[in-house]
Amino acid sequence: MLTWISLLIVVLMLAAALAALLLENFVAAVAAVSVVGLATSVAFVLLDAPDVAMTEAAVGAGLSGVVLALALRRLGLWHLDAGSSPTRAMTRGGE
Amino acid sequence: MMIDPSLDALTPEMVLFTGSIGLIVIGTAGLVLGRHLFRMLLALAIAEAGVNLLLVLTGFRGGAIAPILGFAPAGTPMVDPIPQVLVLTAIVIGVGVQALAVAVMIRVYRAYRVLDVVQLRQRLESDICDAAGIPTAGSLDEPLGGRPLPPVPAPRPVGAPARRPIHVEGTNT
Amino acid sequence: MRDFASVLFTAGLAFLLLVIGSQLAFGAPPMRVGGELLTVAGPQVGAANIVTAILLGYRGIDTLGELSILFAAATAAGLVLGRRRAGGPQDRPGGLVLRAGADLLFPLLVVVGLYVIVHGHLTPGGGFQGGVILAAAFFAAVLADPARALSHGPIVWLEGLAGTAFILIGIWALVEDGSFLAPMLPKGTMGEILSAGTLPLLSVAVGLKVGAELAGLMASLAETETPE
Repeated sequence: MLTWISLLIVVLMLAAALAALLLENFVAAVAAVSVVGLATSVAFVLLDAPDVAMTEAAVGAGLSGVVLALALRRLGLWHLDAGSSPTRAMTRGGE
Repeated sequence: MMIDPSLDALTPEMVLFTGSIGLIVIGTAGLVLGRHLFRMLLALAIAEAGVNLLLVLTGFRGGAIAPILGFAPAGTPMVDPIPQVLVLTAIVIGVGVQALAVAVMIRVYRAYRVLDVVQLRQRLESDICDAAGIPTAGSLDEPLGGRPLPPVPAPRPVGAPARRPIHVEGTNT
Repeated sequence: MRDFASVLFTAGLAFLLLVIGSQLAFGAPPMRVGGELLTVAGPQVGAANIVTAILLGYRGIDTLGELSILFAAATAAGLVLGRRRAGGPQDRPGGLVLRAGADLLFPLLVVVGLYVIVHGHLTPGGGFQGGVILAAAFFAAVLADPARALSHGPIVWLEGLAGTAFILIGIWALVEDGSFLAPMLPKGTMGEILSAGTLPLLSVAVGLKVGAELAGLMASLAETETPE
């Protein structure tokens, strides 16, 4: 039972990590990094580490997302338009 | 306990170990292959999460409880508390490093207006050569010389009301 | 060529980590130091949360090092970003739902944050977790209404006083007991708030310092202007 839950969490973590690097829209990429932090926090609960889980949930899923999102506006990367395709955004510069 | 290659011995810690290695590899690949500074920062955050997961994983003992006294009869095996203490510190330091990286990035953007690594390197090189009074060297990517760099857009004067135009759906930048 | 070398490096790193990791004893670690600490931490320190006992008791100086790293990062970020020009362009304030929600959440978050800090030695929690929750409580109001900026004066004073209190408790333990940050004050009965000696005081100092620092850091990030 625990194996299936951890399998689900790992799949979610890796999918969100790949999405963070491949999505063109930077707002979505920051949200994906928050999802990675949240999934890591659940993984810490599965590993019997409640202090670490609380810290990761507060910092990784909360504060880190806020810091990165605040930066987006100041860097001119805050675009909320729809219709961006995840095409080779990682190795393409600019924007 | 070495990793058993048969499928029915798939324990949660093996799955999470694979997940943490996957996160570290994705984060490192993003850092090394990245061309945009902000994506490299996101990759760094992902790699930090993977490393923290790997550290806590080394202290896990199957069938044990969390290291808090008073919730189970004395003498039940508990997981190792030392990696958890290290990871607690590492998580908070990680967000401090990310905030500092963001601050430096904002200053770089204010000065140069681009966040692409290659263009930044060219502009920095030309700035350093200008300040030192020597002719600008050809870039590493085009050592025989290439097209001239586009000029840095002039900063808007104080009090100008115009903001960035709102992006309409369906149109490109 | 650079991309090919990078892919090769990442593949090699993955292979190295997998091979080294498969040799680790997952599931049955040789807990030499950890096992010893698990048995003696309860009677010696008197805290029920062993992770907090190690963090503030056995390895208190590492916590002091982390507080200094956070202080350096927050100060450096504030220095790099610089002061805001008076009258410069600001973000638009959030809508009614956002502002009302932030005002309603503020007392709840403060109470939860203080609870997590004070009960750090009894249940999972401690200074860092509660400090982050406190920082989020004060910063949510600024996010909803950017015109209501946090004043940096009280934040900096609070951070400095909390850090000084941490160091002074450690020096007092050095004077009295012979080692820096040794647990002082009577241990009490495990499970009550006033137990484990100076650990609750250290938790409060750490929580206030971390909370003030992160709130100030995010406020200075939020106050830099959007370059147009």
